[in-house]
Amino acid sequence: MQFLSYLVNGISLGSIYAVIALGYTMVYGIARMLNFAHGDVIMVGGYVAFVMMTSLGLPALAAICAAVVVCTLLGVAIERVAYKPLREAPSLAVLITAIGMSYLLQNLALLIWGSAPKSFTSVVSIEPLRLFGGQLVVTGETLVTIVTSAVIMVALTLFVNKTKVGHAMQAVSEDKGAAQLMGINVNATISLTFAIGSALAAVAGVLLCSAYPTLMPTTGAMPGIKAFVAAVFGGIGSIPGAMLGGVLLGIIESLSKAYISSQMADAIVFGVLIIVLLVRPAGILGKQMREKV
Amino acid sequence: MALLEITNLGIAFGGLQAVEKFALSIEKGHLYGLIGPNGAGKTTVFNMLTGVYQPTEGDIVLDGRSIVGLKPAVINKAGIARTFQNIRLFKDMTVLDNVKVGLHNQVKYTTATGILRLPSYFVKERAMNEKAMELLKIFDLDGEAGQPASSLPYGKQRKLEIARALATNPKLLLLDEPAAGMNPNETAELMETVRFVRDKFGIAVLLIEHDMSFVMGLCEHITVLDYGRIIAEGDPETVRSDPKVIAAYLGGEA
Amino acid sequence: MKMKPLSRSFRRDLVTYGMVVVMFLAIQLLSGMGMLTNSLSGQLVPICAYIIMAISLNLTVGILGELSLGHAGFMSVGGFVGAFVSVCVGDAVPGWLCFALALLAGTAAAALFGFLIGIPVLRLQGDYLAIVTLAFGEIIKNLLNSFYVGRDASGFHVSLKDALSLNLDETGDVIINGAQGITGMPRSATFGLGFVLILITLFIVLNLINSRTGRAIMSIRDNRIAAESVGVNVTRYKLIAFTISAALAGLAGALYAHNFSSLVAKKFDYNTSILILVFVVVGGMGNIRGSIIAAALLTILPELLRGFSDYRMLVYAVVLIVMMLFNQSPQLVAWRRRLAARLPLPRKKAAAGEKEV
Repeated sequence: MQFLSYLVNGISLGSIYAVIALGYTMVYGIARMLNFAHGDVIMVGGYVAFVMMTSLGLPALAAICAAVVVCTLLGVAIERVAYKPLREAPSLAVLITAIGMSYLLQNLALLIWGSAPKSFTSVVSIEPLRLFGGQLVVTGETLVTIVTSAVIMVALTLFVNKTKVGHAMQAVSEDKGAAQLMGINVNATISLTFAIGSALAAVAGVLLCSAYPTLMPTTGAMPGIKAFVAAVFGGIGSIPGAMLGGVLLGIIESLSKAYISSQMADAIVFGVLIIVLLVRPAGILGKQMREKV
Repeated sequence: MALLEITNLGIAFGGLQAVEKFALSIEKGHLYGLIGPNGAGKTTVFNMLTGVYQPTEGDIVLDGRSIVGLKPAVINKAGIARTFQNIRLFKDMTVLDNVKVGLHNQVKYTTATGILRLPSYFVKERAMNEKAMELLKIFDLDGEAGQPASSLPYGKQRKLEIARALATNPKLLLLDEPAAGMNPNETAELMETVRFVRDKFGIAVLLIEHDMSFVMGLCEHITVLDYGRIIAEGDPETVRSDPKVIAAYLGGEA
Repeated sequence: MKMKPLSRSFRRDLVTYGMVVVMFLAIQLLSGMGMLTNSLSGQLVPICAYIIMAISLNLTVGILGELSLGHAGFMSVGGFVGAFVSVCVGDAVPGWLCFALALLAGTAAAALFGFLIGIPVLRLQGDYLAIVTLAFGEIIKNLLNSFYVGRDASGFHVSLKDALSLNLDETGDVIINGAQGITGMPRSATFGLGFVLILITLFIVLNLINSRTGRAIMSIRDNRIAAESVGVNVTRYKLIAFTISAALAGLAGALYAHNFSSLVAKKFDYNTSILILVFVVVGGMGNIRGSIIAAALLTILPELLRGFSDYRMLVYAVVLIVMMLFNQSPQLVAWRRRLAARLPLPRKKAAAGEKEV
């Protein structure tokens, strides 16, 4: 029964990673860059929701909407200001810029809200589910997280596969130049990708802070990196891969924390990344990219 | 025994057969041409010969030894050097240094020797400089030896790439569109240089080109590729008048 | 045209050495005149360590062209191993020998880590390589935080759980105490020693750059596929660059560790890796001289501008972004050149932020 409880926690944690990983994977697939600042957008989402609920006393739903709006605008702004000018530059440059952006967000948050951890009120008001005669307690947060993530993944898959805009995104991820020649507005498509990714990050931030109620400027960094590991694990550029990678990684981390140690759990998660990149760099569901010579 | 024996070479990407049943026998010291419309698979053949792509069928035998599956650096050490369709120079390094990198496996000394500046460092560096300048002189680039490679005009960049490839002391030189972007004077000069290089170093040359006068005037044997298959081969006269070749380039009934 | 490439690059290197000597003498002068604040004097050895770190990271980022985000991990390995050796043999051998052994051990350990980590990691490129180096940096920090080493009559004991599992008898001491790190190192580091180590680092790196190996490494940076096509064994040279870079970081760590009497793993985290990266970027990727100046200035500046230190990391973040945009974005670079052409400025040979080597 303990095991089942850890498993459920792992799935819940993994679902959060999955939602974050979706943002990473979409941006990497389309803009061919690692948005290091993605994890910190999550943190911003958490703070915005927090401010809305505590200082302005808004209900949870309004707070979530506010977080989504702010993060979407933030993500698009970051892309326009810092990443777009470097599209033709060597990838080292945009990677360093993204790191700088991540740092900027963390330190701005530090300045605005201070380093003292904030106590986040969960947005979930559902009663915990008691299964197996009360031996397995599934918290409301866990339920909402899993359901929300599943809904998001289905919606995103439908969007990318069935809508014109989604097809445009796929085209840009295959060949930017050709997509442009076909009349696709590449800049708008990339901005949309960042917008969607950042909106998802906001949702992930709210879910994360509801399940783990301390909020600090560095809250987003670790989950961000782990979600990236998940995206690579599942296959970067693949939406189902991000979901699969996220959930699997969450389970691995939860079980490691339970049966080995909290410190080593992080090391094991990173170990997964290293093994994946060495054995099968394309990830579980990814496809191998070929370099043009 | 031929220097390079290519038999039944082919590669498929996903469902697409990019090159099929490619065969060629290259003898030392001779000049070969590979022509065909864009997208025919010519550079793909080069990439297979140099180990960048792994063929899905067929064999490549260099000096009696199969080189399929070997990595590009190993194949270069075995004796095949190449230039690229989109020039790949070391842009931030000087013209001289570009050639010196080409001499990497010809004049060697250990990392420790370099760091500790042991006497052999100075001896070997001087030897490298001399060899590199010699090569640059052949291509009339010795005047720009100290300049960054990216500052050279396009035509000279192409020549530098050839010089660098030659520095690796190859038995076979693969040139991918060496005359691209050159005017008639430069093209004629390049033809002379290729002949000179073949005479002086005794290497075989296989080149891809779209400039027909260049290919016809220089190569002794020409292979024509279309949609990944050989549609004609032989000496320039034979190929020039082959109706299939004309159709492939100009369209019309095959 | 008579070519003298040896002497031209040699002259450039001499200027770099000269600059370091002048900086050292200037600081000694200021110190002798009593013009250095206490806190600044305390920073002198760490500045030397950061300079060595910046040079070593520049070897990976600027010369090899790969982003390493876990460089602080190598510094911590060097620091811990060096401190461990000092604590263990400190009573048995004279002070100078102890310190020399500590430095050597720290450097060697970091080199070993660099080599072992490099073998699998350097097969990757770009973004993936960067993330994996970050992962390794975190793993090293986590491992060191969980590391317990003690010594007693029967020898050394190691545990990854806690100090009690070491099962030491009454004569035993805990040497490395998990997250509380290691204490009791002799504070043998001096500014003069730091200066000498900087010179040694320069000797290694500058000579490496101007050699056959250095050219091979730079050719990988400039065009990996072309480098392979001329017979350069890419993995081998990436490994050489990475290992030397790690070794020098270990040297810096060992130096740093002997400036304090205690050392914890938490000090060498992601933030430190980013800090060193900022030094490298601001000084110019590939520009060794720039790394030295940037590391020194950016460590001193927060000391001089006390009120500024709250905003320090924020400013660094902005600087990082702005520098990247100004130096790498094609539009901004073109705009900058048009601007420079219009102004009657003398043409500077290598402005900070542009590649020199």
